[in-house]
Amino acid sequence: MVTGSTSEVSTGLDAWAVAASVLDPEVPVLTIEDLGILRDVAEGPDGVTVTITPTYSGCPAMDAIRDDILSAFRHAGRDDVRVEFVLAPAWTTDWISEEGRRKLEEFGIAPPARPVPGRVSLTLSLRCPQCGSPDTRELSRFGSTACKSLWVCNACAEPFDHFKTL
Amino acid sequence: MSTPARGPSAPLAAYVLALADDALVAAQRTGEWIAAAPQIEEDVALGNIALDQLGQARNLLTYAGSLQDPPRTEDDLAYLRGPEDFRNVQLVERPWADDFGVAMARLLVLSTYLVELYARLAHSADETLAAVAAKAVKEVDYHRDHATMWVLRLGDGTEESHRRMQAALDAEWPFTEELFDDAYVDPTLLSGGVAVNPAVLRDPVSARLAEVLASATLRVPQVTAAPGGGREGRHTEHLAPLLEEMQALARAHPGATW
Repeated sequence: MVTGSTSEVSTGLDAWAVAASVLDPEVPVLTIEDLGILRDVAEGPDGVTVTITPTYSGCPAMDAIRDDILSAFRHAGRDDVRVEFVLAPAWTTDWISEEGRRKLEEFGIAPPARPVPGRVSLTLSLRCPQCGSPDTRELSRFGSTACKSLWVCNACAEPFDHFKTL
Repeated sequence: MSTPARGPSAPLAAYVLALADDALVAAQRTGEWIAAAPQIEEDVALGNIALDQLGQARNLLTYAGSLQDPPRTEDDLAYLRGPEDFRNVQLVERPWADDFGVAMARLLVLSTYLVELYARLAHSADETLAAVAAKAVKEVDYHRDHATMWVLRLGDGTEESHRRMQAALDAEWPFTEELFDDAYVDPTLLSGGVAVNPAVLRDPVSARLAEVLASATLRVPQVTAAPGGGREGRHTEHLAPLLEEMQALARAHPGATW
């Protein structure tokens, strides 16, 4: 992925692209932009302020993400950067981009249910990200990270992660 | 004055601290199931639930500390207070008696209560509390589903699982009364739309619990309430050892980071 060059950043043109290039440490195929946790990048007289929001209250990746954002800006020649955390509005999987959903599936993680305005989301069945079969079942409602549950495909017998709808 | 917070924000600081301590002590206790649950999936589930509770505790503790004069950090509040300064309900501090049924009974009660609390607190006049609650309500709703599923399975399972699930509920029930006691909430917080009156949660929580227990062929325990007092810093003998374990490292190496 092409990110802003140093000159662009120092003129304040591409700070969003620098922040948006940072990968989520727990799902490293997704950028924090794909995941929808990058909320704002603002340039002011005191430097750049990057605002992010956690997926879950206890998400242990937030400190790592902050360090990675600072590091990305340092590589781009900026060290006047602050990272702020906000809780409201609360993150939802509806904020995962189309690109993010595609990357998740390619990585072997079934993406969350698609947002349907005004309707309660109900996951009846998931398509196996390995073989495409809809014949799958939930093994465990909790998985390797707070944002995932564990499923298995009855057709190809492979287990897979599901990014829980929130 | 023994109250750590003074000035106009003192009632709010005290309210937030009580909610924070409920979450923190629940998280520490729940974490004890990691590598001790009956299935590996439950190790993972209860680890994740404890992590959510810890995240809620951190958000609330950070806010409570910022309201104190002088301000204190979340770590100050978590690691440098003794049991008498904790304001959690006694429900969350008691040990599990090595019984997974007790864990599910308590998780059902606590998460059912917290869903009702956080859903209302998400509309608090206080922006920070509203934001923390709006985030937390989705998490505790998932915990409630999980606990409900287990209580149904164990209650309507074998004779043995039914007996133990009922015994677990009977043991937890005396400690549920404290959840609805509004004495610790300053009236100005209620009139200002900042806090949720815990007394109004009694009916929706009781109705939901009764519904789950009926489906699980279990009875709602008829028991005498425990004396309570957690909100005033009176705790069972089980809180001190829990805190000792949680705080030992931070106290032995003040300011250490890794």
